[in-house]
Amino acid sequence: MKESSKRKHAPDFALKDASGKVVHLADYRGKVVLLDFWATWCGPCGEEIPWFTEFQRKYKDRGFEVVGVSMDDDGWKAINPFVVQKKINYRIVLGDDQTGDLYGGLEALPTTFVIDRYGRIASIHVGLASRKDFQDAIETLLEAPPGSDSVSTGSGDSRRADGSNAGRRAGSNAQGS
Amino acid sequence: MAPTLAVAPVPTLKVRKGSVAAVTLRAVLPPGFHANSNTPSDEYLVPLTLKWTGGPLTADGVTYPKGTLEKYPFSAKPLSVVTGEFSISTKFKVPGDAPNGPAAQNGTLRYQACNDRMCFAPKSVPVSVTLQIE
Repeated sequence: MKESSKRKHAPDFALKDASGKVVHLADYRGKVVLLDFWATWCGPCGEEIPWFTEFQRKYKDRGFEVVGVSMDDDGWKAINPFVVQKKINYRIVLGDDQTGDLYGGLEALPTTFVIDRYGRIASIHVGLASRKDFQDAIETLLEAPPGSDSVSTGSGDSRRADGSNAGRRAGSNAQGS
Repeated sequence: MAPTLAVAPVPTLKVRKGSVAAVTLRAVLPPGFHANSNTPSDEYLVPLTLKWTGGPLTADGVTYPKGTLEKYPFSAKPLSVVTGEFSISTKFKVPGDAPNGPAAQNGTLRYQACNDRMCFAPKSVPVSVTLQIE
């Protein structure tokens, strides 16, 4: 996990959930967020989703949320039955290329960002990661004393998650926790 | 980096009007990657699919490579996949009224690839066969 002083702000987005409600990442400011870019056709994503469902149940009351961003081209037609079958208990939004670009291109899935209470990226996981790594990162961020960081708590910015180098892709930008 | 499925060029196919012809495409995936077979192990997985979309011939059946069952760290059960080099054959009917001379039969090969840790968005590769109709 990145040191607090080296974390960059997670780019904000405005994406719709299954009910049509527009969801902004900035809505979650003050919470630890696990932001999972996934797709129904992605086997490794399906392996991680039960972990995230458990994290949502276990940590929700401590100020934690999972947000799943589906990159399925077929949209809700593909997503909805999958959500039911996998008993996903956290919010899913439908991603788009623009959001993917903000987060480094997302050439490979799953790509998961663990975001601290200040909206900054604490760790990036490209590909199937370790359940323990996620859990350790979440618990560490939840246990950090509120107000221990002297950073802006304004709305999320629109910079790319990997900085200003627009040519880089998520697949070549893997940073473990 | 996302793997690219390479499809070898097919030699010009000479066909007679009113006959049956066969085309075999040879494709190869880079080492370490796999694509779902035409009959994937899970309903959500994207199957390997060849569609002929244009040309004078009528496709009359595509024969896909038999998937091999492979176990990956992200799946509790083995998955039906293709790896390395594989072939896909198509049987065509040549219409009796097809015009003589050169022509092209075009299609797309759709696949979705992964390695043992991550997956890449489904892709479509254009395929084309040059024909000489006699």
